[in-house]
Parts: sequence; structure tokens; C-alpha cells
Amino acid sequence: MKKKVLFQSIFFYFFFIKEVFTAESGGMPQLNPEFWISQIFWLTLTFGILYLALSKLILPKISSNLELRKSKIQENIEAAEKQRKSSEQKIKEYEEIVFKSKLEAKNILKDFKEKTLKNINSKKQALDKQIDEEIKKAEGEINLLKKSAPEKINRIAIETSSELLKKLIGAEVNNSSISAIVEDLSKRNGEKYHDN
Amino acid sequence: MAANPMTQFEVYRIGPEIKIGTFDISFTNASLFMVVSSLAILIIFNLGSKKNLIIPNKIQLLAELSYTFVSKMISDTAGSKAKPYFSFIFSLFMFVLFCNMLGMIPYTFTVTSHIIVTFVLASFIFIGVTIIGFIKHGFGYLKLFVPSGVPIVLLPLIVVIEIISYLSRPISLSVRLFANMMAGHTMMKVFGGFVISLGIVGGWLPLSFSVALTGLEILVAFLQAYVFAILTCIYLNDALNLHH
Repeated sequence: MKKKVLFQSIFFYFFFIKEVFTAESGGMPQLNPEFWISQIFWLTLTFGILYLALSKLILPKISSNLELRKSKIQENIEAAEKQRKSSEQKIKEYEEIVFKSKLEAKNILKDFKEKTLKNINSKKQALDKQIDEEIKKAEGEINLLKKSAPEKINRIAIETSSELLKKLIGAEVNNSSISAIVEDLSKRNGEKYHDN
Repeated sequence: MAANPMTQFEVYRIGPEIKIGTFDISFTNASLFMVVSSLAILIIFNLGSKKNLIIPNKIQLLAELSYTFVSKMISDTAGSKAKPYFSFIFSLFMFVLFCNMLGMIPYTFTVTSHIIVTFVLASFIFIGVTIIGFIKHGFGYLKLFVPSGVPIVLLPLIVVIEIISYLSRPISLSVRLFANMMAGHTMMKVFGGFVISLGIVGGWLPLSFSVALTGLEILVAFLQAYVFAILTCIYLNDALNLHH
């Protein structure tokens, strides 16, 4: 607004007081028609050439440049999309492979576990059998020993008693009589020990 | 007065007088700056479109940004039908812009500060738009002067106003640009004169004003070119898409 007022005051000032101007300019030079035709001519010429050059040569180039860039960018985006998809596919494949191998590893582990367990079990059974056999054998031996033990004890008892008698009495005692007594004693007491 | 602020608008002959019949078409300082502006546009946009880099360099970016700027302006105001007129509006915008901007350089001549230049441009646009309107719509183009939804009582008045406003388009279009340019340049000259006359003591204030005005004038130079182009688009829109 200020600008307008200022401009108007300046404008009217120079418009009405003609003495301010030099003689040849005569007010606003814009209103002097001396060079109007020249200006129209040169404007038409320069603007015409400018328009022709821009519309026929330069603007189509810029437009095609822009189009080309657009299409190239589009292409790149599409290529990137494709690659992204393929990489996703690869990742899926990879995951599948990993999953499969994990499963395989699990199976192998399971098989191996079973195998080893079986092995251990069979070995254990064999060992158990062996142990059982050994135990049986030992028991047999023990039984044998047990069975033979009273006889031996009796014999030892007979021998020791005969020796004792010899030393005590100083005479030979008939072995058969001693043995009869011992056997009688052992039979009587034996029931206490041989209950098993 | 030492420096008349209006002398900067004077047109003078450069070189010999050229006459065709009775018409004087001598090469003047105005013609010089028309040629300079056109050449500057052509050189810049030629450089900007020469190489087609995927990542544009500065001048290519400038050219492409201007292209998209004008193309967006047209498609926003006049729609897709205005595409054939793109190069005309582009050249018009660039020509006015470069004339305005070159006028901001000290000791240059502002082509667009002359009413005859802007009037020729505006009347060319006016005539062109009117012809396009009549070609596209025949006599139906006259419906432009009859807005829909107006009471019948008011219609004669409205039609007269519409016709006057339509006919005043070239005048308003040309005077707007010319007056803006002349006012700005005159004011800058006046403030420049104040700087000299007030001297080293009091000249600082008008000098700072001058600096601020230079910024403002550069803005105005762009804005007026933009307004000139966008009004052309709007007139074109009226002619192409008749729905008043």
C-alpha cells in the first residue's frame, strides 16, 4: 500500500510538472510512441524465435530426459523388487534346509541314542546273566561246602576229641565210639544250624 | 534534479536507423535486452537439456525444475487439455521472468517496464485465447458471459459486467506487469537519488531502504512473471473447459 502511494505521488509529480523532464523525453518514456513499432517488431522476433527454439528443440529434450529418468527409476525399483523377492525365496529355501538338517540331526541323534541304549541294555543283560551264573556257581559251591562242612567238622571234632582224650586219659579210645557220640551230638544240635 | 528517475525507461537507438516503409524498426536498447533475455534462456536451457544424467547437475536440475514447475502450474490451473500450449506458456513465463530479472541488474533496461511490450503480449494472449475458445466451443463460447444460477432480473447487468471484465483482461494483464516493474524501478532510483543527495551523513537510511527494496523487487520480478503466466493459464482454462 505504502509502495503504491509512494509510486503514485512520484508518478503524478513527474506527470504534472513537465518542467522537470528534459525536453526530448517528454513525461513517461513509456508513452512516447517513437519506438513502439520497433519494440513490437523486436518483441515478436525475439519471442517468436525463443518460442520456436524452446518448443521444437529444448523442451522435448527436457521432457524426454525426465521421462527417461522416470522409466529408469521405475525399472530400478522393479529390479530391486525382483531381487528382494528372489532373496526372500532364497531365505525361505535356506530356512527349509536348516529345518530339514535339524530334523535329520535330531533323527540321527535319536537313532544313535536308541542304538546305544540297546547296546547298553544287551551288554547289561549279558553281564547280568554272567553275574547270575557266577552267583549260581558260587552258591553251588557254597552249598557244596555247606554240605561237606558238618562231615569235616565232625571229623575234626572226632580227631580233636580223640587227641584230647589221649592227652587227658592217656589211653587210646576207639575212634568209632567217639564218632558215634559226635554224630549223635551234631545231629541233635545240627538242626539248630542247618535250617537254611 | 540530477537523476530523473524516469530516464532509466528511455528507449534509444543502438546503431543505425532501420526503416521498413514508414515504420522505424531500429535496434534499440529495449531490443538488445529482449535479445539478451532470449539468448540467456536458450543458453541455460540448452545446457540444461544437453546431458541426460540420472543424477542431474546444477544446470540440468534448474532446467528440469523450471519445466516441472511450469508444467505443474498449467496442469493445476488449466487441466490436461492445456498440454499443447505448454511450450507457449513456458516461453512466456521464462521471457517475462528473465526480462524482469535482467532489469534488476544496475544500468540495464527492463523490457517489461514498457506498456507497449506487455500490452502486445497480453493482447496476443487475449486474441489467442478467444480464438481457441471459439474453435473449441463455437458460439457456445459466448455462454462464458452468462453465468449459471443467476436470477433473470440480474442477468442483463451480469452479462454486461462479464463482457467488460472479459474485454479488460488484456489491459489489466499488461498494466499489472508494466506498473509493477515501473513502480519498483522508479522507487529504487528515487531512493538511490536520496542516498547521493543526503551524502555520507544521512544517506545510510535510504541506502538500507534501497537494499531492502532490491530484495523486494527481485521477489516482485518473480511474482509478476508467475502471475502473468498463471493468469494466462486461467484464461486458457476458461477457453478450454467451459463451465461457468
